[in-house]
Amino acid sequence: MIQIENVSLSYGTRAVLHDISLTLTERRIAIIGANGSGKSSFARLLNGLLLPTSGTVRIDGQTTKDNGKDIRRKVGFVFQNPDNQIVFPVVEEDLAFGMKNLGFSKDTIATKTTDILTRYDMLHLRDHPAHLLSGGQKQLLAISGVLVMEPIYLVLDEPTTLLDLRNKRRISAALNALGQTIILTTHDLDLIAAYDRVIVFDEGRVVIDDTPANAIPAYESLMA
Amino acid sequence: MLDLYSPGTSPLHRLPPAPKMLALMISATLLFINQSLPLTLVATLATLTLYPLTQLTLKQAAAQIRPLLWIFGLFFAVQWYFSGIQMAAYVVLRLAALILLASLVTLTTRSSDMIDTMTSSLRFLKPLGVNPAKVGLAISLALRFIPVLAQITTEVREAQKARGLERSIIATAMPVAIRTIKMADDISDAIESRGYRP
Repeated sequence: MIQIENVSLSYGTRAVLHDISLTLTERRIAIIGANGSGKSSFARLLNGLLLPTSGTVRIDGQTTKDNGKDIRRKVGFVFQNPDNQIVFPVVEEDLAFGMKNLGFSKDTIATKTTDILTRYDMLHLRDHPAHLLSGGQKQLLAISGVLVMEPIYLVLDEPTTLLDLRNKRRISAALNALGQTIILTTHDLDLIAAYDRVIVFDEGRVVIDDTPANAIPAYESLMA
Repeated sequence: MLDLYSPGTSPLHRLPPAPKMLALMISATLLFINQSLPLTLVATLATLTLYPLTQLTLKQAAAQIRPLLWIFGLFFAVQWYFSGIQMAAYVVLRLAALILLASLVTLTTRSSDMIDTMTSSLRFLKPLGVNPAKVGLAISLALRFIPVLAQITTEVREAQKARGLERSIIATAMPVAIRTIKMADDISDAIESRGYRP
């Protein structure tokens, strides 16, 4: 369970989140809002990449302030642009990076690499240079690089923004098949139609928190 | 080294990176000590022969040389002018042999294995405050992001052209630098997210 208690966040004198309190228990949660509404900053609070200026973020009882390492193991984070997340030149090497950091054995790394590449039909790309992958393949590699670290929660910051329709559907299907709790920021309203909960941010505040059926039309009215 | 690794099962592919890199260093030194044109020619041909023997093609060998042909031409012309045609041929052949040898190592060695070897071999610098793991990660990141930076530069140049600016180093460098700095922030977060502890 993720608990956000009276969280505010500022960059210098610029306040981006104002006194947010939420309890996230659903398996599929979407965060939507206009550009600059604070949703990406909110997402970064969830795995301790950002720490709140005031208030507390708790993941299964642990605060992000005091347990950064454990939290990042529990909460995987996928960035909007996979080019900023893939840190090794070759597919297999990049997948191994997170697992090596967690101290997995060579055999485990090899097995998990094969499994994840097979799952996403990318086994033939094992030795492929990462910079030559398509946009969809890069995003799948970025997601895979996080999944092999076995997180309990997966936070994704606009994972389909840079993708074409076919790859959006591919990523959507991949996410839907995951057992992890997913918290996703997006502008893609189709992607979240079947989610359990939609939270709308506006100017750093939660203005709508409801099911997709209610939240999406309300958001569209807000943006009109 | 960016995307050179060519998967295979040859003895050279199976050999650990350390002896390959050591052999490369010794061969390169010998090439520079040697002053004989015929011996340099033999060394170049011998290196070329190693390509098919390690499941690589002569086309791959040519691909290593092709981007540097203009440098070869420049060196050849300068050496011919100052030292004669024999010295020009010697200098260019020696450089070609060196590049072919180095490429042979990178074509048969995964960059991660090579970086692991470099990281291990830098352990002796630990007492001086050098962190070999950090050096290894820095090399990986450099290899990974050279093509990304090239792509960003192309995008910026195209954007400038679309707005009527054909060539301006400053107009290209500024947006590239800003995008790179922004990207560096995300990369740093991504590395931290993936459990890296220096």
